Amino acid sequence: MTAPVLDLRARPSWRSVKDRLMTGLMIAAVAIVLVPLAAVLSSLIARGGGIVLAAFPDFFTEEIPRFSRRAGPGMGPAVVGTLLVTAAATAMAVPLGVLGAVYLHEYGGRGRLARLVRFMATVMTGVPSIVMGLFVYLLWTIRFGFSAFGGALALACLMLPVVIGASEQMLRLVPGHLREASYALGATKSRTILTVVLPAALPGIVSGCLLAVARAAGETAPLLFAVGAAKAFNWSVLHDANTALSMQIFGNAMDVPAAQDRAWGAALTLVLLTFLLTLTARLVTGRFARRR
Amino acid sequence: MQLSELRGSPQHADRAFRWLATGAAGVVLVVLALIAITMTDRARPVLERMGLGFFTETTWSVPTGTFGALGFIYGTLYTAVIAIALAVPVSFGVALFVTQAAPRWLRRPLVYTIDLLAVVPSVVFGLWGLLVMGPALGLHGSYATAGIILAIMITPIITSLSREVIETTPTTDKEAALALGATRWEMISAAVWPHSRAGLVGAVMLGLGRAMGETIAATLVIGNTVHVTANPLAPGYSMPTVIANEFGEAEPLHKSALIALAVTLFLITIAVNLVASWIVQRQARRSAGR
Repeated sequence: MTAPVLDLRARPSWRSVKDRLMTGLMIAAVAIVLVPLAAVLSSLIARGGGIVLAAFPDFFTEEIPRFSRRAGPGMGPAVVGTLLVTAAATAMAVPLGVLGAVYLHEYGGRGRLARLVRFMATVMTGVPSIVMGLFVYLLWTIRFGFSAFGGALALACLMLPVVIGASEQMLRLVPGHLREASYALGATKSRTILTVVLPAALPGIVSGCLLAVARAAGETAPLLFAVGAAKAFNWSVLHDANTALSMQIFGNAMDVPAAQDRAWGAALTLVLLTFLLTLTARLVTGRFARRR
Repeated sequence: MQLSELRGSPQHADRAFRWLATGAAGVVLVVLALIAITMTDRARPVLERMGLGFFTETTWSVPTGTFGALGFIYGTLYTAVIAIALAVPVSFGVALFVTQAAPRWLRRPLVYTIDLLAVVPSVVFGLWGLLVMGPALGLHGSYATAGIILAIMITPIITSLSREVIETTPTTDKEAALALGATRWEMISAAVWPHSRAGLVGAVMLGLGRAMGETIAATLVIGNTVHVTANPLAPGYSMPTVIANEFGEAEPLHKSALIALAVTLFLITIAVNLVASWIVQRQARRSAGR
């Protein structure tokens, strides 16, 4: 009785061979993705780590050499610039984006204006970053000159639809009975949103915003025509040319080897910064998931 | 919203907050309108001078004031097509492995690792492509180099979108296939594929939109020379990269031409993105309705 079954197992049919072949291809696809990731990270550590460690704290604190031929450290102004531009962009995009999401989910619902805004936010997510850079050049830089603020405007425009989308998704997860309980206690709608709905959605919103900030911090194209090319420290957000890590990487990549070394150091710094932001976002999400 | 009649009596603060939120949502509309108005206004001079020739000529000569964008449009589409051709099979393979074949303990670490690729800034991929990958593969700046770098950059987004689409396949469909004696691959092609096809097309198109708008990485590795040729090893040029390279020192008419390029790029990516999100949303509605 068992003989035919054993017989079937004995010789693999074309069907099972094909199944194994396809599983093998899937594993190969995973390997193909992991190769560039490993290669990028190892070049970053080898070449970026070299220059950062050779001049350890100095790399982050010294000014960028005036002549790019000169070897050695200096990305301090770019670190400051990236932090200033990203912080200013976050300060603009996050409050606007969260408030916009509050409108979409708590007030607009399925109304006409809310649907229009949602559609336009989708359109805005697709605006290429270089187009946003030109837009801010025409709107701001052409009148007020280079500054960290111009770059921040461009980044904020890129972040806004992302923050709106992520926040609305989180507001959707807040259970309706929380709102009903608050109304039953006599709270107004605005008070309910500010003291019940937003706190309940906060971890998710924070994590979504951190991911948007991490993406923005690495952007180059929107800054190209707005920030300028300073080599000295500039702590002012509104005045005078500034610089950023991403722009220094771009500018030094095709330069002499000494400059390319600095580009690698800047790249390592930038990647560590974005990984740190992403990791924080993941930790916040993790805690949120456990609490619910 | 269904409880609006239970809301407290309308107070000034309540109404003010409502207007504040509405205004914040309106910013999206204002910014997009400003983009449309300022960009098309600045693009007009070159379009008046060149007419339709702007889209059909390949000569881009600043001294003579001749601006034909076809070479850049071609380069943008060609690199995006190379990127999609390389990224799609790999992304689908990874998404299928993570959702259908990988042991449970491996799924989350694998997803997180691949998402790391999405976090690496585009300029870092450009630097790596220019100084490490290009020399290692013996490639100079060319369509192929740019296509490979773009493929690496869009793989995480296509993977994560396809994963979401594939995960919506009803378990009953999959179990039915397995119960009829299907192998895992037969289950995938009989249950997962028909269910996910439309959503996967949407995921690919979103990746395509991303690849066409990507600027900085491509600028470092595309070669920056206009060549309308099918040879992937030839150096090329694309819309975003020529804007990044030339806008800084451009004369007014030249600037207008670059802005017209930006408008063209904007319209193409919007069209691709809208079709993609329409497909994805239709898919989401259909699977939610089941």
